[in-house]
Amino acid sequence: MTVTNKLSWMIGGPQGSGINVSADVFAKACVRSGLRVFSNIEYHSNIMGRHSYFRVRVNEKPIQSHVEPVDLLLALDRETLFGDVDAPYQTHRGHVHRLVDGGGIILDAELGVEIDEIGRDDVKIYAVPYAEILREGVARAGADYNSKRHDIMRNMVSVAASFALVHMDMDQIVALLREKLGEHRQDLVDLNGHVLAATADFMKENYPDPFAVNINPVEVDKAPLYMRGADAVALGKVHAGCSLQTYYPIAPATEESVVLEQIKDDYPIIVLQAEDEIACVNQAVGAAHAGARASTSTSGPGFALMIEGLGFAAITEAPGPVVCLYQRGGPSTGLPTRGGQTDLRLALQPGHGEFPHILIAPGDLAECFELTYNAFNYADSYHVPVVVLLDRVLAAGHWTIDDFDRDHLDVTFGPRYDPDKSLEGDTYRRHLLTESGVSPRSIPGEPGGMFVTTSDEHTESGKISEGIVNRLNQMDKRMGKLQVIADEIPEEVKWNLHGPSDADLTVVAWGSTKGAIIDAMDTLKRRKNIIVNFLQIRMMRPFPTDAIAGILTKCENVVVFEDNYSGQLRDLITQSTGIKIEKLVVKYDGRPFSQTEIEIGILNAISEHAEKRLVLSHE
Amino acid sequence: MTTAEIQLKPKDYASEAHPDWCPGCGDFGILNAVKQALAELAIEPHKVGIFSGIGCSGKIAHYLKTYGFHTLHGRVLPVASGAKLVNEELTVLAMGGDGDGYGIGAGYFVNTGRRNLDMTYMVFNNGVYGLTKGQASPTRQRGEKTKSMSAPEIQDNINPIGMAVSAGYTFIARGYAMDVKGLKELVVAAINHKGTSFIDVLQPCPVYNDIQTMEWFSGRDRPGRSPRVYKLTDDKSFDPVVHDPSDAAEIVAKKQAALGKSYEWGDQIPIGLLYKIDLPTYEDRMRQRRGIEPGAEAKSIIKDSMPGQDITSTLEQYR
Repeated sequence: MTVTNKLSWMIGGPQGSGINVSADVFAKACVRSGLRVFSNIEYHSNIMGRHSYFRVRVNEKPIQSHVEPVDLLLALDRETLFGDVDAPYQTHRGHVHRLVDGGGIILDAELGVEIDEIGRDDVKIYAVPYAEILREGVARAGADYNSKRHDIMRNMVSVAASFALVHMDMDQIVALLREKLGEHRQDLVDLNGHVLAATADFMKENYPDPFAVNINPVEVDKAPLYMRGADAVALGKVHAGCSLQTYYPIAPATEESVVLEQIKDDYPIIVLQAEDEIACVNQAVGAAHAGARASTSTSGPGFALMIEGLGFAAITEAPGPVVCLYQRGGPSTGLPTRGGQTDLRLALQPGHGEFPHILIAPGDLAECFELTYNAFNYADSYHVPVVVLLDRVLAAGHWTIDDFDRDHLDVTFGPRYDPDKSLEGDTYRRHLLTESGVSPRSIPGEPGGMFVTTSDEHTESGKISEGIVNRLNQMDKRMGKLQVIADEIPEEVKWNLHGPSDADLTVVAWGSTKGAIIDAMDTLKRRKNIIVNFLQIRMMRPFPTDAIAGILTKCENVVVFEDNYSGQLRDLITQSTGIKIEKLVVKYDGRPFSQTEIEIGILNAISEHAEKRLVLSHE
Repeated sequence: MTTAEIQLKPKDYASEAHPDWCPGCGDFGILNAVKQALAELAIEPHKVGIFSGIGCSGKIAHYLKTYGFHTLHGRVLPVASGAKLVNEELTVLAMGGDGDGYGIGAGYFVNTGRRNLDMTYMVFNNGVYGLTKGQASPTRQRGEKTKSMSAPEIQDNINPIGMAVSAGYTFIARGYAMDVKGLKELVVAAINHKGTSFIDVLQPCPVYNDIQTMEWFSGRDRPGRSPRVYKLTDDKSFDPVVHDPSDAAEIVAKKQAALGKSYEWGDQIPIGLLYKIDLPTYEDRMRQRRGIEPGAEAKSIIKDSMPGQDITSTLEQYR
């Protein structure tokens, strides 16, 4: 039986062999066919040679995660099949074992892989002579084969073979290549077209039987957007009117700044690659004080350097900056290109001393866009730094979405210095004590608004002061903002209870695990009639204590899922509400939760002899 | 109002705060020179942003009636740079001590030189960490022991002028805090210079630096009591200005000359302009990339970057 429009596709090969482009072409062609896609890459901290793989999951309805089983595997090398068997310490087993019954492997016939080696008689092997087809395509184009010039298209043979198997239109690839290469490289587009046609002919001749999955275009008004969380964050910044983004190259945060570098001349935004993360954060603080909506983006090691600047921003009541923290596997350099939700605890207390800040964690494309946009409103309204907590999945994973709803977005600024309201003989005070704790702000260059501020404790006028009463007043002013923020930011921003209010199990999680949880909830309900709801926490500081306590006290069975070792959100909940949650599912192998793993975790949590702390891992 | 119409005096830049520096501190001279320079240039106080680091010198932001940012130890240049990037109509002066700029902030000192933002950086160089009670700073020479050091320094000193030359600063000068008039002239020239100006200001610390004292600088211990500092303008053979910025050989020659002067120390310490070249500023280069003619009037990006930017055309590229 053939399944339509439900596919788990994977391409694997050495880093630098072009698997990104291949996966991008395949995924984008599915998107253009009106389908929904989630894709994610796994790669080593290495430029050339180490094993990397890209998964693309396709469906007619929105999906937001990957599944462990693979329907179709495109292997560019032997390691993709069997793992690094020749390494002194084998680190992975390859991907053959992930194939579903009836799945297929497309491989280069020249790899010389024997059917016996695969060890699976339930999967189909498609041995495709990449070089031969490439030569045939080049010949059809009337060109002379040149390995230096033409071998780069080798991957296209592999992608085209997968297209042929699932009955996708080769013209889709040609159209995408035309967009990528541009009209002035029409010669290359044509050349690729001939290679694709030669592949299609080969597949028709040698493998005429239908594959287990086929892709059937769906009529849609407009193809959805296909992008990474990092793209959504970058666009959220631009839409919010951010005028300075600083960054220092670091995986996986750089993805976002690269996007901003590419579009910076189309918008009023300066993108500056600074000398280190301390410079980044302080440039952003200076810019925020000078009148800009300013931001910086980094990962754990960079954030560790930035925290000094966040305390400075907070004590001087800068309107921001917005700091995007893309977590990766720590500690120290840790797993530079792998993921994790390991920095919540650091992001909750980002610096010495006590100061207010806002910590929010989006979980999908729409939230990446909107929470980032809102972060600038919060920075301007409360004059506090705002940390947007993201991770590697959000940096590098791709989702589809129809559009970003922007009509309902508003713009808020805090109080502004008004020269007309200044009292006679009274000079402007940047740190004036007010009921909300937020003082009217002037922008350097404004006549009459001159102020001095300092990283020392200071008076309302910004003069250094170690006086006791003043210290109490200024601490109360700054820390009091947290209550104002908690009161003013709507509850629907801070958390969301997905699913029915009454359920067999309540899953609590944050950030990028959202997608896999939503997908798993849906599947478990349909297949096993297991009713799960999901409490997604989006704001960690100020923490919505009363609301979360109210929900959790009504839940009988609760489990927390986190991509870290210790259950950092679980601890925060306990610390804030006094509620102890016994069940925890963690992963700290640097790989994101798949839908499949979430299902395993949920089934454990509802079983009679549930493991209290279930550790999952990808291998 | 045009500049010509504005009459400003040094006292117009004085805040009400009373400086709590020690009597005899070189910081007073620097404060006076800055106030005089701003008055001479007639830059209205609200158009000036003073950014200072942490240490005795950092307090200067409190003593000037302008926009003032007393920042973090070592980070004054990034904070000032960020402000200047987005609010380029502001006249930005960054200031800090030698420990602040050449020790903890050395990375920013070097990298700020690469950008050539139109701003001025002054380092109050007294050879000690004053506010923490007299430890050796990065400019302290090997073998020297000031009174609060337990033993002579065994590390070598850095050469700030040499660092500035190699980092790419386009205006490099050395001043002396007790020569207020000369320093004022350097500050005026530094602010007028289009690009990042750097002034290393030698100053005594009357409390902790008992080696390079005011008396030492003025040469009272020397035969004939001739001052140790001398003005570079008195050396007619020395020309610090690159006259043809497209001439690579001239640039190298002028940098070498500045570097040579920077190693004069002891009985002959040069003060004044050491190197100057007119190159496009960072702001010019940004404008050029956006297709705006060089020399166009400065317009801060914050005036354009309003919330609600229309991102539709970029979004469509993701379909």
